[in-house]
Amino acid sequence: MFVGAIFFPLLGACLSGFLGRWLGDKLAQWATVICMALAAVCGSLAFAHVAMDSQPATVPLLTWMDVGGLEISWALRYDTLSVVMVAMVTFISTLIHLYSVGYMSHDATPTRFFAYLSLFTFMMLMLVTADNLAQLFFGWEGVGLASYLLIGYWYDRESANRAAMKAFIVNRVGDVFFMLGLALTFFTFGSIEFDTIFPAVAQHANDRFAGLPAIELIGVLLFLGACGKSAQLGLHTWLPDAMEGPTPVSALIHAATMVTAGVFLMARMSPLMEYAPVALAIVTVVGASTALFAATIGCVQNDIKRIIAYSTCSQLGYMFFAAGVGAYQVSVFHLFTHAFFKALLFLGAGSVIHAMSDEQDIRKMGGIWTKIPVTYVVMWIGNLALAGIPFFAGYYSKDAILEAAYAAHSGVGAYAWVCGMLAAFLTAFYSWRLLILTFHGKPRADHHTMEHVHESPAVMLIPLLLLAVGAVLTGAVFAPFFVGEHAHEFWNGAIFNGEHNHILHAMHEVPEWVPLAPTVMGIAGIALAYVMYMAAPGLPTRLAQMFSARPQLVRRLPLIPAEGEEQQTEPNPGGLYGFLLKKWYFDELYDFLFVRPARRLAERFWKVGDARIIDGMPNGVASLAAAGARGAVRIQTGRVANYAFAMIIGLVLFVTLFLIGR
Amino acid sequence: MNAAGFPLLSLLTFLPLVGSAVILSIRGEEAVVARNARWTALWTSLIVFLLSLILWARFDTSSAAFQFEEKLAWLPEFGVGYHMGVDGISVLFVLLSTALTPLCILASWESVTARVREYMVAFLVLETMMVGMFCALDFIVFYIFFEAVLIPMFLIIGVWGGARRVYAAFKFFLYTLLGSVLMLLAILYLWYTAGTTDVPALFELQIPRSAQAWIFFAFLASFAVKVPMWPVHTWLPDAHVEAPTAGSVILAGVLLKMGAYGFLRFTLPLLPEASAEFAPLIFALSVVAVVYTSLVALAQEDMKKLIAYSSVAHMGIVTIGIFTFNQQGLSGALFTMLAHGVVSGALFLCVGVLYDRVHSREILRYGGVAKIMPAYALVFMLFTMASVGLPGLANFVGEFLVIVGAWRVNPWVAFGAALGMILGAAYMLYLYRRVAFGRITRDDLRALLDLSPREYAVFAPLIALTLWMGIYPQPFLSFFEASVAALVARHEAALNLSRLAGM
Repeated sequence: MFVGAIFFPLLGACLSGFLGRWLGDKLAQWATVICMALAAVCGSLAFAHVAMDSQPATVPLLTWMDVGGLEISWALRYDTLSVVMVAMVTFISTLIHLYSVGYMSHDATPTRFFAYLSLFTFMMLMLVTADNLAQLFFGWEGVGLASYLLIGYWYDRESANRAAMKAFIVNRVGDVFFMLGLALTFFTFGSIEFDTIFPAVAQHANDRFAGLPAIELIGVLLFLGACGKSAQLGLHTWLPDAMEGPTPVSALIHAATMVTAGVFLMARMSPLMEYAPVALAIVTVVGASTALFAATIGCVQNDIKRIIAYSTCSQLGYMFFAAGVGAYQVSVFHLFTHAFFKALLFLGAGSVIHAMSDEQDIRKMGGIWTKIPVTYVVMWIGNLALAGIPFFAGYYSKDAILEAAYAAHSGVGAYAWVCGMLAAFLTAFYSWRLLILTFHGKPRADHHTMEHVHESPAVMLIPLLLLAVGAVLTGAVFAPFFVGEHAHEFWNGAIFNGEHNHILHAMHEVPEWVPLAPTVMGIAGIALAYVMYMAAPGLPTRLAQMFSARPQLVRRLPLIPAEGEEQQTEPNPGGLYGFLLKKWYFDELYDFLFVRPARRLAERFWKVGDARIIDGMPNGVASLAAAGARGAVRIQTGRVANYAFAMIIGLVLFVTLFLIGR
Repeated sequence: MNAAGFPLLSLLTFLPLVGSAVILSIRGEEAVVARNARWTALWTSLIVFLLSLILWARFDTSSAAFQFEEKLAWLPEFGVGYHMGVDGISVLFVLLSTALTPLCILASWESVTARVREYMVAFLVLETMMVGMFCALDFIVFYIFFEAVLIPMFLIIGVWGGARRVYAAFKFFLYTLLGSVLMLLAILYLWYTAGTTDVPALFELQIPRSAQAWIFFAFLASFAVKVPMWPVHTWLPDAHVEAPTAGSVILAGVLLKMGAYGFLRFTLPLLPEASAEFAPLIFALSVVAVVYTSLVALAQEDMKKLIAYSSVAHMGIVTIGIFTFNQQGLSGALFTMLAHGVVSGALFLCVGVLYDRVHSREILRYGGVAKIMPAYALVFMLFTMASVGLPGLANFVGEFLVIVGAWRVNPWVAFGAALGMILGAAYMLYLYRRVAFGRITRDDLRALLDLSPREYAVFAPLIALTLWMGIYPQPFLSFFEASVAALVARHEAALNLSRLAGM
């Protein structure tokens, strides 16, 4: 059961990847789906066993390294935290495999796709069941690899290749810090096994490294690692571009599972983070800023997947600041519910894109809700859950996060609360902007596309409906376990809260208006979106023009479709609107700060450093020797008279020297 | 006499010479000679490899002592003897050499068509020299093998190489020879003071501090060129670019390890104080190497040159690990050397596969190869990822251990080594993207054939090794453990002794 949940996906990946050619597309696809389903069954059984019956277990597999006191083994650690992730990942991954059977039916190499998808799931499961930091890093890099392969799945598109590389390299920046955090952990504790580290944190609490508190430093380094994977402010730039991958990938990797690895890491390291208040404060500030920052961008984007991508980024910010104020349980709860409704939203978006003949620009959609009613309904459910409307899943987890931030009673907590509230408003706004522009109003696509609009096949709708059920119910059903009255037995020590940390208790005792406020914000956001996009459709363009430096560049709805244009080449209208449209100019900034100098430096080092200076010396010596030799050769003319002349001069010199010397 | 019951190491060393003698005696038509030469070389190297597996089986990993020792008085009046033996540091390199040679012969099966007999002879002689160098326990014998390696390699590059092969071969030869002259002076000094060149006997020698510094730099001059360390690395890209595929594989796989092996075998144990004193210098050069050469790799337009520069960066990690003087760092350095031997060798083979078909190493000449050669794309991706240091593949274990070890010495050095992780990912993925991904723009690429059974046979062992070393590296690490522990202990003892003396 424990082993099966992890290794069935690997089996599926190998079957599809290596034997796909012999099995045939259909068989290979269904083999991976069945393997995933088996894993999901194992995962659910493990969940019942470990979380509900409180029986954590560790399954040792193999020694990995054992070098001078650094002992690392391959093992599967099953406690409540990991089993929640295992159950969630296997379940959602199974649905997405199923959905992909329909979505990728026209693709040329589906076996490759399914192999990657299953490989990803395996890596993610290795990550969450790691019992030491190195194995976690294995999974961490493994999911990065799978993500790289899947973003660049359509590798004949240049933009997909670029996005894949960007994702891998930006992630690597975070990984460097992860690696250094790992090294410092070993330096401080003499081990990187969780079972050895966690009990020892208290006695190392005052250790210092290079004048800084070691535990704080570890916390910050690991958080920076988490920033890369979870697309937090500064290292978020890869996530929106990652939408180049097929939509099921966006749903599985860039919404439900991989990007939450950073949040998982914070929760996993909670025994250590609890002793690192400064690191936690940084986590809170960065998380809160990301939540607000990404939401502002989400409001002006026009690509349906990019909007949801920024929304993911923003929701991850929520999870981080929940962890930052010490409410790891709440953060994992949001991770859990978010997986359902965000996967739902992405798959729903995929269904829309499928219906619209691969159109992703919401300005070219509209008026299709009667044609794809099931997709329409599940998108509503997903957005209701995302906006935190009562009794949908997001309501329980997001409210709990905001309550926790309020109850933290600290400066950073208050900052997080304010950012979170504003982001909640914006979230509701952009969600309904997306809904209205996609489904309502007059059709803005050409009639050729409109004729082809059709509901997706059952193999895609079933996962959507199951996820929709999840988006409705997971909040209400699991809230008592994750954050409610059964929380203590449920978590069973998998997440540690320090003695001074009463946040789980305090968050239930906030003033009455606090739990109500996010809902009010959400409804206000919906209302604003309704006004702007349904009641007064001219308003958005006018607003955009008002906040632009060059208003004439803002394009009106409906768009006049031009041949072969892309979002990247759109003119930048400047001003606040342009600032948001260009995503706060992060890409341009990094390009200016890192990419271009690196290229220039590379060229300079090669052409000047290596070729001219370093190679110049030996080549110079060589040519000097050659020139000298050539000069020496010239003396040998072969004429006897010349030699005789030289001899006479030599003789004269010798005689002179001899006479003077005497 | 030793664990094998017969002079195994000498047999391993000189059996290839016997094979090459057999090849030289072949007479007949050119095609017949070529075929016979190929098969003789392959069988010789395979037999040597199988014999070397005895080392794997019978080596006692719990002991730090030299094993399988052989001693013959060669020039007793000068204190010079023929002394062979392996310990945990050298044994796996012997295996690496014997394992890569048959693969190289197999890899040049079809690509070498001119002077096949001489080519095979050169390779077998090269194997003799490599194995002998890793087994030698007498400094003079070591020096002879160390230098003699240059001769077959010089010929391989100079005769079967690319367009600028003569320039590259001379550069390679002169660069490496220049350093060695200084080492010879140092060896003479050691012989003069100790009266012997037997390595275990030299280990007992206490060299005065002032002399240590001179000897250190003399050794450095020789080993740094071989590693190669920045800034004496420029011979490597040229040599790699011009060398035939198999030559590049051996160059990257084994020859680059000679310098690092020299540091481990001689510099650290003989010169503990000077090593400790000049470690910051080595760190600085290594970090520069990692960052600088990674950036240079990023700008390359030639596939082989790119991988050659990446080798320099990886060897920077190795030299960092060696001079950390702790168990993790040293084990990591040794492991990186082995892993790099396998992975970069395999990467050169990957380039060779394309070169054999298209006869171009220019990156921009390719694009979209993944579509026509899916199996090749998978193999190439695996080794690209291994080179990037993906956990679960060979290189990661070594780099990880080096970074952990370096952190204990100086976190900034660890940071510098870790920067290589980002840049390494950048240049390797950039290479892969331009070669394998993208749309096919050239028609001649459409006709390419995927891997042939012979190429599968070449890659299969390397793939297996890469995965094995990544997932279950413990069997390899256990070889180093005792020897590295002894090395670290002796180093610390020597430093303490000198500290006491100084008080």
